[in-house]
Amino acid sequence: MDTYSPLKTPSLSQRNGSMTAVNLVLSVNGRDYRLTLDARVTLLDALREQLSLTGTKKGCDQGQCGACTVHVDGRRILSCLTLAASVEGKAITTIEGLADEGGLHPMQQAFMDHDAFQCGYCTPGQIMSAVACVTEGLAETDDDIREYMSGNLCRCAAYPNIVAAIKQARIDMQRGRS
Amino acid sequence: MRPFAYERAGDLVSAVTAATIEADSQIRAPIQFLAGGTTLLDLMKIDVMRPERLIDINPLEKSLSEISFDRSGLRLGALARMSAVAHHPDVEREYPVISQALKLGASAQLRNMATLGGNVLQRTRCPYFRDVSWHACNKRDPGSGCSARQGLNRNHAVLGTSDHCIAAYPGDFAQALIALDATVSIAGSKGDRRIPFSDLHRLPADTPHIETTLSPGELITEFHFPARPWARRSLYLKVRDRESYEFAVASAVVALDLADGVVRDIRIALGGVATVPWRSLAAEDALRGKPLDESRAGMAAEAAFATAKTFGGNDFKPELGRATLVRALLAVAMLEVRS
Repeated sequence: MDTYSPLKTPSLSQRNGSMTAVNLVLSVNGRDYRLTLDARVTLLDALREQLSLTGTKKGCDQGQCGACTVHVDGRRILSCLTLAASVEGKAITTIEGLADEGGLHPMQQAFMDHDAFQCGYCTPGQIMSAVACVTEGLAETDDDIREYMSGNLCRCAAYPNIVAAIKQARIDMQRGRS
Repeated sequence: MRPFAYERAGDLVSAVTAATIEADSQIRAPIQFLAGGTTLLDLMKIDVMRPERLIDINPLEKSLSEISFDRSGLRLGALARMSAVAHHPDVEREYPVISQALKLGASAQLRNMATLGGNVLQRTRCPYFRDVSWHACNKRDPGSGCSARQGLNRNHAVLGTSDHCIAAYPGDFAQALIALDATVSIAGSKGDRRIPFSDLHRLPADTPHIETTLSPGELITEFHFPARPWARRSLYLKVRDRESYEFAVASAVVALDLADGVVRDIRIALGGVATVPWRSLAAEDALRGKPLDESRAGMAAEAAFATAKTFGGNDFKPELGRATLVRALLAVAMLEVRS
């Protein structure tokens, strides 16, 4: 899916004192939000501070821990190293958008079933990354899960339970949601 | 982060025209292209890079991210994401070293973001470069000195260093590019050009702040790998301080054309140990026309690090680099390669 349409104007930011403002529409969890942001605002800060979607966590804020993982057009990315302005027109999914009327996403349920967390701070990022890991077809073996989840740090070291949760959810996801 | 103006590229020509500006090097120009952002935004947050204007080139992704393979070789659009190339079946089959180098870099999320063009231009991980509270860094502030030479330099380079800079080039993919005779297509306001990848990066010498031969406004558009008999028998071996998601302490690219146990031709590049992507002609020359066994591999590794210079913390690197290369050479000779 590609919903991107470049703006016709060559520049969409205007200087206002030292701040450069950007007008944009973000599409998050199927809803459009019209925002005026400082051009410096990352997707992570826009989600948390402007849209009150605080499920996405700020860990290191420099692309090293994975706590801020969200999906953009179905791909897992780090929202802390993404400018909000650069993902206008893209479909953004956060942890809040994962469950539906049918209940929790199989990955959310699996994390609960396997106690795949202690403090829970890294968990939204772990789950978003894990869902993508399965859909990318990179969660077929324990070694693959460990390798392709290495961008999500868990300082409580719940790693064995995270691997177990992903294995369960992989089967549930491949069966399709009931 | 310092304020900047943000705009989106409408097309390639207007983007490179808009970014063409007087500056002593591309990387220090006040106008920068934003692609994956994984290096640029990181360095802007820590105040190492201070552009006044960003031109977001992601709108050009469709036209600049093609992956195509035919008899003449492999073409990779510069805005292709690392993950797309790493898992592409043609790349995995025909140029395994490219796939491996990309898969072993960064994390799954970063590989979904980072583009090939940005990847080869990633900046050093030297902690003195990355922390502006250190006054002396010739790469960040020309003429200010080098904190690393007398400082903590375990991760620094042993090849290609100068009195002014010993920062290691951190990338993996670039080692495959330089080993496999790749060329780079570059768009600019004064016209397009194509250069060997080996001409892209500059040794630090006395101008470590000028890292590449790109002019301000020039944009990498494509990489081309020619078809070569050694492409399929190739691998990337990366030695790290932890199992995954870490930069190389030492790494090796080897691509081998082997006939009856004798080296017909070979390409060798080394990562984690040099200031720029590093092809070792000396190691290649030690093996060409010779049988590849452990003793020959050891001689090649000796040749590869004959000019190594260490700085205290990285005294271990030549030995680790030699062992890495020997292991890579013996592994590539054992590969099962279908013709």
